[in-house]
Amino acid sequence: MTMNLLLTGALLLLVSGVPGLLLSRASGLGERIALLLVAAGTVCGLTGVAGVLRSPVPLLLHLPWSMPGGSLSLSADGVALIFLLPIFIISFCGALYGLGYWKQAEHQRNGRKLRFCYGLLAGSMALVVLAANAVLFIIVWELMALAGYFLITTEDDKEPVRKAGYVYFAATHLGTAALLVMFVLLGQTTGSLDFVKPQSLDGTAPLAGLIFFLALLGFGSKAGFMPLHLWLPGGHGSAPSHVSAILSGVMIKTGIYGIVRVAGFYTAPPAWWGWLLLVIGTISGVMGVAYAIAQHDLKRLLAYHSVENIGIIGIGLGLALIGRSYHLPLLTGLGLAGALLHVINHSLFKSLLFYTAGAVIHATGTQEIDRYGGLIKSMPKTAVLFVGAAVAICGLPPLNGFVSEWLIYLGFFQAVQHSSIGVALSAMFAPALALIGGLAVACFVKVFGITFLGNPRTEAARHGHEAPASMWLSMSLILLFCCLLGLIPWVVQPLLRRAILDWGTELHTAAATFAVARLPWLSIAASVLLLVLLLLFGWLNWQRHRYPQQRGATWGCGYQFATERMQYTASSFADTLVSLFSWGLWPQKHDCKVLGTMPTESHFSSHTPDLVLDRMVLPLSTHIAQACRWLRRQLQQGIIGIYLLYMGLAVAGLLALSSLLGGAQ
Amino acid sequence: MTEQLLQLLPFAVILLGFYVLASQRLRACVEAVALQGALISCYPLLLHGFEGQALMLSGGALLLKGIVIPLMLLRAMRKLQIEREIESLIGFIPTLVVGVVVAAGAFLFADTLPLALEHHHSLVVPTALATMGCGFLLIITRRKALTQVLGYLVLENGIYIFGALISKVLPAMVEAGVLLDLLVAVFIMGIVLHQIKREFSTLDTQPLTELKE
Repeated sequence: MTMNLLLTGALLLLVSGVPGLLLSRASGLGERIALLLVAAGTVCGLTGVAGVLRSPVPLLLHLPWSMPGGSLSLSADGVALIFLLPIFIISFCGALYGLGYWKQAEHQRNGRKLRFCYGLLAGSMALVVLAANAVLFIIVWELMALAGYFLITTEDDKEPVRKAGYVYFAATHLGTAALLVMFVLLGQTTGSLDFVKPQSLDGTAPLAGLIFFLALLGFGSKAGFMPLHLWLPGGHGSAPSHVSAILSGVMIKTGIYGIVRVAGFYTAPPAWWGWLLLVIGTISGVMGVAYAIAQHDLKRLLAYHSVENIGIIGIGLGLALIGRSYHLPLLTGLGLAGALLHVINHSLFKSLLFYTAGAVIHATGTQEIDRYGGLIKSMPKTAVLFVGAAVAICGLPPLNGFVSEWLIYLGFFQAVQHSSIGVALSAMFAPALALIGGLAVACFVKVFGITFLGNPRTEAARHGHEAPASMWLSMSLILLFCCLLGLIPWVVQPLLRRAILDWGTELHTAAATFAVARLPWLSIAASVLLLVLLLLFGWLNWQRHRYPQQRGATWGCGYQFATERMQYTASSFADTLVSLFSWGLWPQKHDCKVLGTMPTESHFSSHTPDLVLDRMVLPLSTHIAQACRWLRRQLQQGIIGIYLLYMGLAVAGLLALSSLLGGAQ
Repeated sequence: MTEQLLQLLPFAVILLGFYVLASQRLRACVEAVALQGALISCYPLLLHGFEGQALMLSGGALLLKGIVIPLMLLRAMRKLQIEREIESLIGFIPTLVVGVVVAAGAFLFADTLPLALEHHHSLVVPTALATMGCGFLLIITRRKALTQVLGYLVLENGIYIFGALISKVLPAMVEAGVLLDLLVAVFIMGIVLHQIKREFSTLDTQPLTELKE
């Protein structure tokens, strides 16, 4: 029954865009039907999640299927629940948001395609998490990847959007190639393509390391770990905002899900698994936020923050794996709980950030941060929502981002107390986590300051307007969730406990974990903090009314004739931090020196191309393409005899090879 | 008697292949291919003795390779009024040298193939390989479409020799299918020849180079 509910929910999401396809372009009925179907699917799905949580064992469903090697087996355990929750919630919020953001009446060309693919993406993500057979998994995984491609290229009439789509397509297929090999090897180990129970395979087996590495490669390219994050900035920057939200908040988490799932199969994995994840997570976290600081495009900036947050999740998972290698249940529990809670948290606040960014873009018509300014005056509600999301993503109390990072910090404190030097060394990464948090604060001070404070820089920013009701409703709903998880984090405790248990840890692990984590105390502390903040704010407000002050232009510094161009820009605000990280960012500055007492007109611009994509992968692939074109010109002579000669040589070569190999046997 | 014939036949077949490689006169080439076809049709009988399947194979090959197809080609030559292959991508003597090298290679290479024990050191496999090589060389080096058809026939002869070796385990249907394929292929090539002639007013395949990307 519960499985049927989950499956119904997933299928309702899957088909939600289909009725719209049958209606006319101008009709607004399709978007309402789609929202209704998504809402119904979400209700089914969330009821199903609650049902699984009540049942003492993971639920399984087997259906006959004629696919060779495949079986329609689905399973819902604690790990899957953690990922199902954001899939259903964010899908609904995104559909609600899209009603106002991407109206069919305003986007007749691509509105129906967008909603069809949105439904496909949401439904296939739910199925990815539920699938318990490699063949089924790969099929729904590819469906998800394709739906993602068509969502990124929603505005396929624009050249940069198409390019971002190609990059995503290449990245996702490279990942799938690694996954295919991984599943074949896994199938050889277990003798079947069905997923095995957690902790049922030997982590020290010779193939295990290769399988884990391939999983990291394949799932990591979807999740966006640092050297594999190529598609994220372009992809998230090009898609409509609610699509960016579901891609960044939920879809990249399926990569995390895959790593958790595959790593969970193994008992006593070698220590390097955890260390590798810890190092990759730290690199992604620090460099992700450094790149974010250097961006001028609001959505690209948020995309780099996804890399950062995936890095934090990777750090948590790394701790969990180290705990498992050294048989430290507490470390495993804290690391895993932190990582999984951060999955839920990130899906909430990152979606909210993209939604508010969408509201700002909707009002001003640009993604360039330097064209905003002073929006808090015309969009106060959006500004409040944005601050909420920013506090959450920076990991500051009392919002939800703090809770998951708290769990990971507790894990580090556990590790440092351990007598083995190998485990204690892992605590060296705790300062990196703190650095990530600090840089994130700096980044969001920049974004908020340049976007919402100061004076409007352009005409469009001067005439900003609040988002329509549906967008506003969906954003408020998510902020409510963020506050709830921050103030009463113990509500997710049963969910996390179940996930830790179903990852194959010992029975007492979860109880011990939450005894250390003290979430109820955290809740009290957060409430007190919130109260103090509110009191302080009230007192300041009261003071301001008591002693009226003269108000001048922002950044005017007493100067009477300040213009909007005499403000900090995104580039100048971030310059100190960017130059601190210039060893990894390689920022480019095109500036003219100002010379003489009466200098002539001069220009300055700076931008930071992605090190991996723009400086390595794209130039390399251009060279390879050139070489291939040259080779093709040499080979393609158009003479039939030559083509036959190629075939003859190929056959002769194969024969020679086989006789050589035959001789070796 | 059978043994001696099996010793002599390969040399005749390979020499005929060389003759086709070196000859400029098309009529002589067609006749040589016909003779080669007729000679190789003896292989099933020599290898497997007088029995139903071998007789059927031999008869079919003799009829098609020795008589029907050569007659079709001669008729095409008459209608299209072509006599000589003048242009060749590589000269005739170099082609012949390459052919000899390929044949020698075939004899050396055949021993390294993973064959059944009784076929080791027999001359059948190298003959098949050498004939296939000759046919392939013809297709590659000649520019006239008709000579390329001849090359295809010689290549097919080589395959036939190879097939004769294992015709015991192959169902007769497969063999019959192969022969039928050959006939149909030559039919189609005849039609294509006419089309090329009508389109380009020559049988030279060089203008087809224009079709490349």
